[in-house]
Amino acid sequence: MNEKTDMTTAERSRTLPRQGDGEIELLPAVDIYENDAGITLEADLPGVSRDRLDIQIDHNNLTIEGEVAVEVSENVKPLYADVRGTRYRRSFSLSPELDTENVDANLGNGVLSLKIPKRAELQPRRIEVKAH
Amino acid sequence: MFSYPTSVDSLFNELARLSRDLGGPYGASGMPASIRAAARGTFPAINIGASDDEVEVYAFAPGIDTSSLDLSVQRNVLTVAGERKLERQPDAEYYLNERMSGSFRRVMSLPDDVDPDKVEANYRDGVLHIRMQRSEQGKPRQIRLQ
Repeated sequence: MNEKTDMTTAERSRTLPRQGDGEIELLPAVDIYENDAGITLEADLPGVSRDRLDIQIDHNNLTIEGEVAVEVSENVKPLYADVRGTRYRRSFSLSPELDTENVDANLGNGVLSLKIPKRAELQPRRIEVKAH
Repeated sequence: MFSYPTSVDSLFNELARLSRDLGGPYGASGMPASIRAAARGTFPAINIGASDDEVEVYAFAPGIDTSSLDLSVQRNVLTVAGERKLERQPDAEYYLNERMSGSFRRVMSLPDDVDPDKVEANYRDGVLHIRMQRSEQGKPRQIRLQ
């Protein structure tokens, strides 16, 4: 595998739901794409507000964690549930050409958008050919 | 039941989802699945709760323009429909593309006594929260033994 796919390959051990401790971890749906500027990750995290979202980059590991907080009235008992956990978690490994100091994160309407630029010196440069 | 995995990684993700599906009709939490329940990955995911006074529905629908939402209650059947259009970046290489794009529609049956005239809905952090009052006659009454 080449380096580019790292972000999509190293996550599997952590993303299977761990049901042993009674809490189901939710695996958020993500889109990941790359262009010349860097990698963009978009994750669906419905129910997560900004203060309950935790994004960590440790060495080359990116971990996104968020807690679902929805308003529930008193005495409401569950009748039906597609969503059976309250915590999202997913992690990815990053490749070294990504500039983890300059990550731009945005959360709106339950969608997280993370832009991770490539190091400036590693961005592709167009070479102008001069005509004589 | 689920779309064909495009890579090893999405296969693992599908397995993760599948393993949760296999909780069966009475999943880990013991909650019965509705007759209209759809496979995991259906958008939006819905949770329903009820108290003696009201029924609450949560639709996990992130990134929606609320003007595209169409909510209706007919008797005790709630329909949530709308559209989420994700722009695909033209000059980008995609590694994962799991997020739903396009139009969606879910139909859920609710307890029989919801009052379709007393419905409130709001949208926050990507969750559509619908609250419906239950009619008086549907409320449980204490019966005294003589």
